[in-house]
Amino acid sequence: MYRILKKESLNPTVTRMEVEAPLVANKALAGQFVILRADERGERIPLTVAGCNKETGAVTIIFQVVGGATMALNEKQEGEYIADFVGPLGTPTHVDGLKKVAVIGGGVGCAIALPVARALKERGCAVTSIVGFRNKDLVILEEEFRSYSERFYMMTDDGSYGEKGNVCAPLNKLLESGETFDEVITIGPLIMMKFVALATKPYNIKTVASMNPIMIDGTGMCGCCRLTVGGEMKFACVDGPDFDAHLVDFDEAIKRARTYQEFEAAAREKHCNLYKKEVE
Amino acid sequence: MPKFNMDPKKHPMPSQDPDVRNKNFSEVALGYDAETAIEEAKRCVNCKNRPCVAGCPVGVMIPEFIALVAEGKFEEAYEVISRTSSLPAVCGRVCPQETQCESKCTRGIKGEPVGIGRLERFVADYHMEHATATPHCTIRNGHKVAVVGSGPAGLTCAGDLAKLGYEVTVFEALHLAGGVLVYGIPEFRLPKAIVQREVEGLKALGVKVETNAVIGRVLTIEELKSEYGFEAVFLGTGAGLPKFMGIPGENAKGVFSANEYLTRSNLMKAYEADSETPIMRAKKVAVVGGGNVAMDAARTAKRLGAEVYIVYRRSEAELPARREEVEHAKEEGIIFKLLTNPVEIVTDSEDNVVGVKCVEMELGEPDASGRRRPIEKKDSAFTLDVDCVIMSLGTSPNPLLKQTTAGLETKPRGEIVADEQGKTSLEGVYAGGDAVTGAATVILAMGAGKTAAKAIDEYIRSK
Repeated sequence: MYRILKKESLNPTVTRMEVEAPLVANKALAGQFVILRADERGERIPLTVAGCNKETGAVTIIFQVVGGATMALNEKQEGEYIADFVGPLGTPTHVDGLKKVAVIGGGVGCAIALPVARALKERGCAVTSIVGFRNKDLVILEEEFRSYSERFYMMTDDGSYGEKGNVCAPLNKLLESGETFDEVITIGPLIMMKFVALATKPYNIKTVASMNPIMIDGTGMCGCCRLTVGGEMKFACVDGPDFDAHLVDFDEAIKRARTYQEFEAAAREKHCNLYKKEVE
Repeated sequence: MPKFNMDPKKHPMPSQDPDVRNKNFSEVALGYDAETAIEEAKRCVNCKNRPCVAGCPVGVMIPEFIALVAEGKFEEAYEVISRTSSLPAVCGRVCPQETQCESKCTRGIKGEPVGIGRLERFVADYHMEHATATPHCTIRNGHKVAVVGSGPAGLTCAGDLAKLGYEVTVFEALHLAGGVLVYGIPEFRLPKAIVQREVEGLKALGVKVETNAVIGRVLTIEELKSEYGFEAVFLGTGAGLPKFMGIPGENAKGVFSANEYLTRSNLMKAYEADSETPIMRAKKVAVVGGGNVAMDAARTAKRLGAEVYIVYRRSEAELPARREEVEHAKEEGIIFKLLTNPVEIVTDSEDNVVGVKCVEMELGEPDASGRRRPIEKKDSAFTLDVDCVIMSLGTSPNPLLKQTTAGLETKPRGEIVADEQGKTSLEGVYAGGDAVTGAATVILAMGAGKTAAKAIDEYIRSK
């Protein structure tokens, strides 16, 4: 059992939790993930680590409440326990030796992009952050992002905050003006990452996408998280979750993410169990 | 001394009717009652050379326990089995006795061998139902051993070491202990309550079980030794990495590895109506492969309401699955498409599976495995109309430990290199089971766990 040390709401559907898991906190690096089950009969949910504190043994997770499993998690209060919490899983994001990087986050994916931005900043890298949300009410982690970024762009789909448009708009502008980056790291909805990859491709800028497919065990056992990268089958849980965005078959990944759509819809109607995606 | 029962046939195993059981997940085989067990036990003629014992990878003292069953001394019989086996209720159910102990039985020369597996199961179940005394803890010797993986190899190694007085901690990556016994083998073949009771039995012996611990990630083998004081480490990490065919359409929606499909059903209980974990409720399913895992996946799909095909590229004689599993599958209505090989998964515009394109095969000369090589028949392509394909082509060892453990030697396919005692290339690190051999059976893994426990004991004593 793992104790919830702290819980706060970042926006109406996104919650930040600190969970006591000292061994995980001691090891987890930016880009790695955990799998948790809120209750004894709960679904296994993969969530990328949003931060950890070696002194307090706390691992921070940020999740969007979209279905049964995350609803159950969100019902838990500070001081209560979640049944299972395993990690760190996956390989960490490569951050060493980079001098100038654009970090592009979308929606709750920003929760995962933030520790990457922080890790880069700590290594003396100049970070340009571009974050996008559907509207002002959904904006999370703005101050934190600003504090790690040399340049910061806020985008909303409806223009209710920051600039109107998607994350590709400022990215394209920068690239067109001759700006270059050692690397572009993108974390968010599949469709957003696909377009970020398309934007950087003509400029030959190395681009990394953090993939978050459906998973069960997270250790390479089920093959559920498989995706095609450069024509080869890869497992996101052990080979990733970071992959060369120019080689990822995003269209296939988008279709695979819909595997349990009917189940999800039916479950949502029943107000209970459904599969939930970490990043929507 | 009881009189021998010279009936040439085994007492049949009472089972659920095929047409009933293919719609539920309750155990297929119901087990002997006491009277039948005693009668079956009397078929053992207690022959001098005890060939059955040599056929058992963990060396269960078979004639001794059977003699006690014949006398109705079931608890004493359990005591005899548990001296050498840590998981009698499991072995009695999933061991391929027909190729091991029972294949060597003297009674099998004329007629059927003694139903050793069925008797073992009876004794273990009797014990679980009636035992009240908790096993007495051996005096601790103060030495610590870590076991990585809680499948049959790990549990056996842990049990044997605990009985010798070691302080054993088992680390398991999933949220439940049991490894393939909980995620792989279905409820209808091995009820999970039985696995849990076997694990509880080990805990009563003093074994600690740490679930949610992925060794290699949260702690390395080096840290287990240097920081946590484990003097030896046993790696029983299994062969969990699923293989795929590499044919077009394999990543379509509706194609699953048998591991995924079975894990959803077995570990996550997706077959239960109120489960939070989804599983595809397909109409027609093709399971590709002919091993025990393929039979498990097919029979699971059948129970979830599908029409199910086994697609296998060789003929019935080469099916690697146990005969009993094949028979059970047939009785339950699984359709066997033998000498058939998939070449492409057919999908619609949304990438849903709508069929599997296959070719017919014929058998040629024997290949390296000694089995006749399947050769494609010309112009034999046809499409099997299915909405789900389950790939059950075998598994290879998980690469995670290799990736995170410097100096741990592995073979090209990922198997950990270990000698006959289970010793690996690293000092004080032993390995056994599927992690070393590639996918094999529960009992072979148990045998390897047992051998390694002995070697670990000798290693620590000699230090």
